[in-house]
Formats: sequence, C-alpha cells, structure tokens
Amino acid sequence: MIRLAFTIIAGILLGGVVHLVSVLALPRIATQDAYSRLTPITTLNMVVQLPTADPANTLMPYLDPALAIAVCRYDLSGGPLKLTVPVSQAYTSVSFYTRNELAYYAINDRSAGKKVIELDLMTEAQHSDLPEDEEVTAADRLIIDSPSTTGLIVIKALAPEPGLMPQAQATLAASRCGVQTDQPAKQAEAPRGKR
Amino acid sequence: MRLLLVALVALALAAAVGLGSTWMTTTRGTELGTLTIGAWTARPRTGTVDIDPYSRATITRNGELPIGTGDGIAFTASTDDKKKALDGRCDVVVSGVTPAARFWTLSLYDNKGHLVANALQRYGFTSQEIVRGADGGFEIRIASRSRAGNWLPTGGIERYSLMLRLYDTPVGVATRTQRDAPMPQIATVGCP
Repeated sequence: MIRLAFTIIAGILLGGVVHLVSVLALPRIATQDAYSRLTPITTLNMVVQLPTADPANTLMPYLDPALAIAVCRYDLSGGPLKLTVPVSQAYTSVSFYTRNELAYYAINDRSAGKKVIELDLMTEAQHSDLPEDEEVTAADRLIIDSPSTTGLIVIKALAPEPGLMPQAQATLAASRCGVQTDQPAKQAEAPRGKR
Repeated sequence: MRLLLVALVALALAAAVGLGSTWMTTTRGTELGTLTIGAWTARPRTGTVDIDPYSRATITRNGELPIGTGDGIAFTASTDDKKKALDGRCDVVVSGVTPAARFWTLSLYDNKGHLVANALQRYGFTSQEIVRGADGGFEIRIASRSRAGNWLPTGGIERYSLMLRLYDTPVGVATRTQRDAPMPQIATVGCP
C-alpha cells in the first residue's frame, strides 16, 4: 500500500518535471510552427506575398481578412539586411520575429513618420562591427538588432474595405528586403580588412 | 522484479501527467498575463519578448504569429457577456464602442482559427466600413441568416470565436480595466 502511494507520488512529481520540460522545449521542437509553415512558400531574403485570408486558406490560423500580408524570411549570415516598405494609404506595419516566433520588434507607418519605412536589420555582432563614423551617418537610419540570425519579417497593409485590397497588395509588392550591397556595406568592409 | 514494475508504473504515470498537462495548457490556454474586459481576453505580452513560456508553446504549436506590441493588440471572445458560448445558429449582437485605435477589425473564426465560408464573402468588419449610429456607436448582428445593417454571417456553425484587433493603439501591457479600454458588449438576443 505504501509502495503504491509512493509510486503515485513519484509519478506525479516526475510528471511535473516532464510538463515543465515539454512546455519549455515546445518552441524548439514544434514542426508546424509559423516559420516551418512559411518556409515552402517563401524565398530567403525576399518579400513574398501570402495568399489572401479566406476559408480555403488554412496556411496559418487567425489571419486577419482585412490585411494584405507579405513575409520576408531572413538569414543574416550573409550580412545585414535592408528593408524598404512604402506606406499605404490606410495603415502599414512591419513586425519582426525570431526563428521561434518571438515578436521582438514592431513598427507602424505613423511611428516611422515617413512616406517610406526604411530599416536596417542586423545581428548584434554586425551592429558592433559598424565603424564609428558609420554610426554617425546612421543617425537617421533605423537599425534593428535581431536576437537570432534567422527569422521572419511580416509586412502588413490594411484594406479598410474589400475594394481597397488591390491597393494594399500593391504597397507590399513595392516592398523590398535584401542583403545590403550599396555604399554603407562596402564602407563597413574596409575596417575589417585592416585588422 | 517488483521494483522494476513500480518504476515503470511511476514513469508511465509521469509521462501521462506531464504530457497531458502540457497538452491541456497549450490547447486551452492559461490565465497567465491575460487582460480580460467583459467577454474579451487579450494577452498583451505575447507581442513582446516578455512572453510567458505557456503562450510561447501555444503559439508555436498552433503555427500562429502573435501581433507585435508596436503594431497592435488582439482581443478574443468565445462567449457572450453572460458566459454563454457563442452559437452560430443564434443571433448575437456586438454593440457599443471600442478603445482608442487608428483602425480596428472584427473577424469571425471557427474552432481551428479558420475563417467561415459564406456566399457574401464577408469574414469581418473594419472600423471604416461599419455603419454607425448618430452617437458614433455601432451594432453588428452575427447570425446565420441575412440581417439588416452590419450583418456578419456565421455559416450556421455551432461554435465560433470573435477576434477584435486594434491597430496603432495605446491599449497594451499597461491596460488594466474597462475604463482604459471600453470594449463592446456581446449579447445573445435569440436562438431558434
């Protein structure tokens, strides 16, 4: 009898450990997470529009039918990423997620305060590698540190009524994300060579 | 031999209790960090890096992307104000005002989080297309058959949930009560 009670108590205590471990491990072992679902239909470091949310679209649950959504699945191992999103008439936002769907940053058109949202995305190591003078000229650029090398950038444009959906999609079609190949990237290369 | 049996029973029990409770918490959700106003519930911290482990597990398991805090906040409701589960065969009225936000959208989902097919292709409303009364309030009728005014079809499904998303809003982690965020009422007004 005592042995049975001991077995049950030990089982429940161990069960608590199993529960905690499985909850903490789930983000890493889940195979049907948003990143995995988006991987087959997106290209790395490119803005790809998602199909519009309708009952036939079972890609992800709880998509807002009033939004046009585009995704840039990124990998920063090739260098920092530059993102440009023109602002649509109604509402535009850019959200950043790590590989494990941790929402680490989001900005909307009004807080960006310009007609075009321009952002540089880099890892913390790449940010600290930026030369000092670069930092000064970067004052009017928005630099975002990604906690992980890979992740998702989600661009949303709102269609306030169904007829405005093509307009919202056009905004997304004009968005760009890609590895920086312009002047700042070259300047950033130079000091590295001196070391 | 008996010791081995005891150990096996204990381990089997551990696996059942542990994985069972994980499954329960990730499908039904926990009360951790929730903001409840009337029938509406939001988890403001899911859009930040301070997200709790249970919400993280739920999000990755379901394949969702939580709405970022700089973007907005999402409130869900699966019951009316009297805690009666939302039934697609009944007439439900969502009325009143919404918290301050540049835009909001209200959408209807089935249990799996998918939109519900209907001939009108009407899956929700946005703050801009809604027909309002003289006082700025609105009334959305959610029913399986056509209704006058702002009609949101249910397709006659038994259970559904509503999601009210606020975009560019001060509502967030610091919000506590109805006074900070006046949410619309949900009432079941008639069942066939």
